[in-house]
Amino acid sequence: MILLLQYTIIYASVLCLVALGGCFSEHSGVINLGLEGIMVMGALGGAVTMFLLPAGTAKIVIILATTLAAIIIGMLFSCLLAVASINFKADQTLIGTAMNLLATAAATVFVRAMNTAINPDNVSSAIQYIQPKKAFLKNIGKFEFNWFMLMAVVLLVVAWFLLYKTKFGLRLMACGENPQAADSVGINVYKMRWAGVLISGFLGGLGGIVYITAGVSEWKFEMGVAGFGFLALAVMIFGQWKPTNIALAALLFGLFRALSNVYTGIPFLAAMNIPSTVYNMLPYIISLIVLAFTSKNSRAPKAEGIPYDKGMR
Amino acid sequence: MKEKKNLIKNPSFQAILTSLICIVLGLFIGFIVLLLINPAGAGEAIKTILINFMSRSSSIARMKALGNTLAKSAPLLMCALSICFCYKVGLFNIGAPGQYEAGACIGLYAALAWHCNWVVCLILAAIAGAIVGAVSGALKAYRNVNEVISGIMLNWIILYTTNMILAKVKDPTSPYTIKLSTGNKSALIPTAGLNTLFSNNKSVTLAIPFAILFAILIWVILSKTKFGYELRATGFNKEAAKYAGMKEKQNIIITLAIGGALAGIGAAFLFLTGYQEWSTTQSSVPAMGFNGIAATFLGGLHPIGTIFASFFIQSITDGGALINKSIYPSQISDLISAIIIYLCGFVLFFKFAINNWIGKRDKGGPNVNDVPVKDDAAKAEGGDK
Repeated sequence: MILLLQYTIIYASVLCLVALGGCFSEHSGVINLGLEGIMVMGALGGAVTMFLLPAGTAKIVIILATTLAAIIIGMLFSCLLAVASINFKADQTLIGTAMNLLATAAATVFVRAMNTAINPDNVSSAIQYIQPKKAFLKNIGKFEFNWFMLMAVVLLVVAWFLLYKTKFGLRLMACGENPQAADSVGINVYKMRWAGVLISGFLGGLGGIVYITAGVSEWKFEMGVAGFGFLALAVMIFGQWKPTNIALAALLFGLFRALSNVYTGIPFLAAMNIPSTVYNMLPYIISLIVLAFTSKNSRAPKAEGIPYDKGMR
Repeated sequence: MKEKKNLIKNPSFQAILTSLICIVLGLFIGFIVLLLINPAGAGEAIKTILINFMSRSSSIARMKALGNTLAKSAPLLMCALSICFCYKVGLFNIGAPGQYEAGACIGLYAALAWHCNWVVCLILAAIAGAIVGAVSGALKAYRNVNEVISGIMLNWIILYTTNMILAKVKDPTSPYTIKLSTGNKSALIPTAGLNTLFSNNKSVTLAIPFAILFAILIWVILSKTKFGYELRATGFNKEAAKYAGMKEKQNIIITLAIGGALAGIGAAFLFLTGYQEWSTTQSSVPAMGFNGIAATFLGGLHPIGTIFASFFIQSITDGGALINKSIYPSQISDLISAIIIYLCGFVLFFKFAINNWIGKRDKGGPNVNDVPVKDDAAKAEGGDK
């Protein structure tokens, strides 16, 4: 049961971080379908850092360096979306999809090239980080506390504050609702959208490294992040683009993901004998149903997906 | 001089030119990555990726490799047509992988569990894809759910469902479904003698000419029929179409159902040739549907263009598998095609730049009349409402 709680919280942290990232991007008016790709890149940055740090590095250094690497790579990668969709007014759905494919391919190529360079016989796309991963964990009784859980909670509060209580957040949301009006009162829509996408790169990249350190100590980059970016998208929609609701949605969907991992260890669930695929499927089904009933008066930012053109009024 | 000017102003010439720009840039970036990994063999590797089957030594091996590439281009072409058709009607069918999965699921299950012959399997696969597409369409038409979001959700729902259903007909010793050649020979699409042209490659079947026929059919429907006109009108402006007496809701559902059927047939064209089996443990949405997006945009959003684009994408993917794997990862070709898709997002900008350049050359200023209006699929409304 404690294992279930632990997995739920860590998966919820991932989903919450990434969904908040999507939330910032969409509030600024850019649909970010590339969250999955941003996660892969963040995971790559973090994993490579953990792999390269020498064995005796202090825990705090490992934590900071890994987190920073994931965030920076995530933000750099999100620039691809920002440049294309804000400055060049490209189709955001197309660019997002391309980014997902690009991230998995680039990460696989990079890791395999790195592995082969170190050992010519090693052509796998996996990175191991058993030892450095321990820096993030702290046992409290049987519960394995992960520093990332705390980070997720702090960032959730920061995100909520930033979005609703600061000038920046309110302006950001204005750009997603009515960019022409925002521009007319002197807000630079392009800058605000850039900020929104970069924040999504920040949170998405962080979410990526949290995800691959959640349950395992080795990651095969050929797999990408196995659809977690899309699940985060579902969380964001289920949370109706509001940080507090997103956190609750993340907990619920995190629970389903955790159940698919550990249900065999819980007697009454094991007795029901529902295959793990059902638990994996449920979050998507729930979001689809929620969408069907709420889309008529949805809270989605009104101008998202439409490239902003100063000349068009 | 005058003729040359007309050529560069021709929209189809521009479409081909921009696609070529994307390809060249994509290959160039891929080449740089190869250089970074190991400068010594980079030239050789990019050449192998580009010429794919031609790099084989004997002509027999060449024809066999070409056959394999063609066999995989057919399903890719069907996915690309699915996305292309919907895009022309203003819908981004990102649910194509899900419709493809549904086609694979029912097609293979019908073949292995019910022992149907290939025609029945093919039709059932098309129906399965169409149903999944229609679900997206109905959600869009009646509940205002964006087809991109419902498509993504359905991709995952159908993936897990397919894994569950096909696990019933899987080979007990592996995660793959039973081979059709042992499970049910009648479900294999007939080769009709085509295999003899390609060094007796059994994967070369009627699927390839069928896929090309579908491309021509889609082109005719879209540009030459009243039905296609109505669909495009709906995509261009839903309200106007409604005002003109078209059934706009029904048109959305029909479009996605047709798109779904095409993707479903695409799956049948791969799995019913016996080229590959479905892995019931796969945990990610098959890349075929997403590569279809690449082929669609690279093909200049034209059904005939996608024929060549599909072959090109599949060819560089297969070429990637032939490079020296002890030095270079074969995913380099995935990287190149991903870069090409990314660059396709800039197509409008490229066209704008070309027209701007023509305008400047002709009149000493930008030619406003020639600036292309955004494609049919210009979306006037926001995302996932």
